[in-house]
Amino acid sequence: MVVSPNQNNEPMQRHRSSLSRNLDAAFVWLTGGFASLIAFLLIAIAIRVGVDASPAIAKFGLGFLFESRWDPVKDIYSAFPQIYGTIVSSFLALLLAVPVGIGVAIFLSEDFIPEKIQRPVIFLVELLAAIPSVVYGLWGIFVLIPVLRDMGKGVHQSLGWLPFFSTSPSGPGMYVAGIILAIMILPIITAISRDALVAVPIELRQAAYGLGATRWETIFKIILPAAFSGVIGGIMLALGRAMGETMAVTMVIGNANKASISLFDQGSTVSSLLANQFAEASGLQVSSLMYAAIVLFVLTLVVNILAQVVVQRVNRI
Amino acid sequence: MVSSSRPQIQPILSSKDANIYYGNFLAVRDVTIDIPKNSITAFIGPSGCGKSTVLRCFNRLNDLIKTFKMRGSMNYHGQDLYSPEIDPVAVRRQIGMVFQKPNPFPKSIYDNIAFGPRLVKYKGNMDELVERSLRGSALWDEVKDKLKESGLALSGGQQQRLCIARAIAMQPDVILMDEPCSALDPISTLKIEDLFQELKEKYTIVIVTHNMQQASRASDYTAFFNVEQTDRGRTGHIVEYDRTEVIFQNPQQQATQSYVSGRFG
Ligand SMILES: Nc1ncnc2c1ncn2[C@@H]1O[C@H](COP(=O)(O)OP(=O)(O)OP(=O)(O)O)[C@@H](O)[C@H]1O
Ligand SMILES: [Mg+2]
Repeated sequence: MVVSPNQNNEPMQRHRSSLSRNLDAAFVWLTGGFASLIAFLLIAIAIRVGVDASPAIAKFGLGFLFESRWDPVKDIYSAFPQIYGTIVSSFLALLLAVPVGIGVAIFLSEDFIPEKIQRPVIFLVELLAAIPSVVYGLWGIFVLIPVLRDMGKGVHQSLGWLPFFSTSPSGPGMYVAGIILAIMILPIITAISRDALVAVPIELRQAAYGLGATRWETIFKIILPAAFSGVIGGIMLALGRAMGETMAVTMVIGNANKASISLFDQGSTVSSLLANQFAEASGLQVSSLMYAAIVLFVLTLVVNILAQVVVQRVNRI
Repeated sequence: MVSSSRPQIQPILSSKDANIYYGNFLAVRDVTIDIPKNSITAFIGPSGCGKSTVLRCFNRLNDLIKTFKMRGSMNYHGQDLYSPEIDPVAVRRQIGMVFQKPNPFPKSIYDNIAFGPRLVKYKGNMDELVERSLRGSALWDEVKDKLKESGLALSGGQQQRLCIARAIAMQPDVILMDEPCSALDPISTLKIEDLFQELKEKYTIVIVTHNMQQASRASDYTAFFNVEQTDRGRTGHIVEYDRTEVIFQNPQQQATQSYVSGRFG
């Protein structure tokens, strides 16, 4: 007969010391406390910003979102160019970074290169995320802008009939902001997509290969769709980062209060507006900046909710 | 001494003196076996003796493993499977595979079946093919009203029959099955065994199983593998290959006798 090691007939209940059980309880209280603290902070910030913004909300209403005046002398404020600039610069960044980021993720998750080379490359990509944003900004001003300006002039000359390229680039501008943002969010997209791709069970790969799928068919028809929600998660996180990114964008976007269809034109974003103005603002101007901050917050919230909806739609099958 | 290649019918798959390595480790040695057309051949033997390894060689699925190496020859309809002109992707379209763990794609039941045919740009009526394949794996009646639902929402036994239907939909020549019933209850297992008898009219089936009853009930030929410690690690080999009745009732080797009667070692 087999005797199991637990058959020493001791009652199960009185197994652990009271100290260990009290520690458990204390741990639950402690973590619960920290969690509530974070929730409390979030709510406190939201209330404070809302209260401070309320004079501007009362005065300008929804017109704040659709008009283009920022006039501290007459104390009239609205933020359409900044909202437009936030959306355009971050979607331009996504447009550039998503294909590259997913491509790199595929390259680094399949066995295209030996593991000895793969590890350091993954590390380098992740290191991109560790560069402070002011460094990106400096690099943008002194390295990227001179290069891009000349290339942009060529693009303007040949493709100037397209509205997006209809002005000649003068240096800083929306396109520089988009490209800098793309570089900054690339590691986020790559790292999260790679994790999602690697997590796809090996059984699915084998099933696809077993049915006579090529490597590319397996990647594009099975592995990427199976990793879809993870990849979307990474893209959304990156979009959130791009919308909120302040320092580098402020340094290269030109900070002009206008919404131009041409990407070569200068512009501004909500974050760059806040960074540029908060120091010498007072009264209704502060309140308007708070209002702009709320708009930015709502924008990111909407983007995240949309992402959730997309992911759920796809995951239903 | 080893009574290999006993069956005298025209072989569809055959292997001669194949040695299979993972890196420097010789996993299986001297595989010589002829698998007859339209029959069911069972691979039995203790764990680690290389049944899956040999099975996966037949449709070149082992190519996915970097360290894998094969010396010797493996033929399909007399053609060398490992000659450089052969495209492994094309081989896998002819020689399908069903895995130990049911592995439907996270797609609808319909799309699971249609995946393979779409790869080869199947020209016929896809709805018909899906129905025929699901009938072929005895799953049609259970899922005909929910073809658009996820394949993952089925029970384990249904998922495995879905995987069989998926393999059938490619209209392969041979279906390799690696312990297809090991995750299933006895009723689903019997259903799948009944299925084998129908499938062998059209296909050739090679099945790895740890279930002695299954091998003796469902197969026409049986290969018994064993594993021995050598200077290059634990290497498997085929001890005996013959008609299933012979292996189970009158084996020539002592080791086979002990294994099939449940006295191991
Ligand atoms: N990918 C691999 N890399 C290295 N060695 C492997 C690999 N796959 C299998 N092996 C080794 O090859 C030998 C045969 O393995 P295999 O999976 O073919 O055995 P099996 O007979 O199918 O066993 P089981 O009945 O447990 O499934 C084992 O020693 C195993 O460790
Ligand atoms: Mg196995």
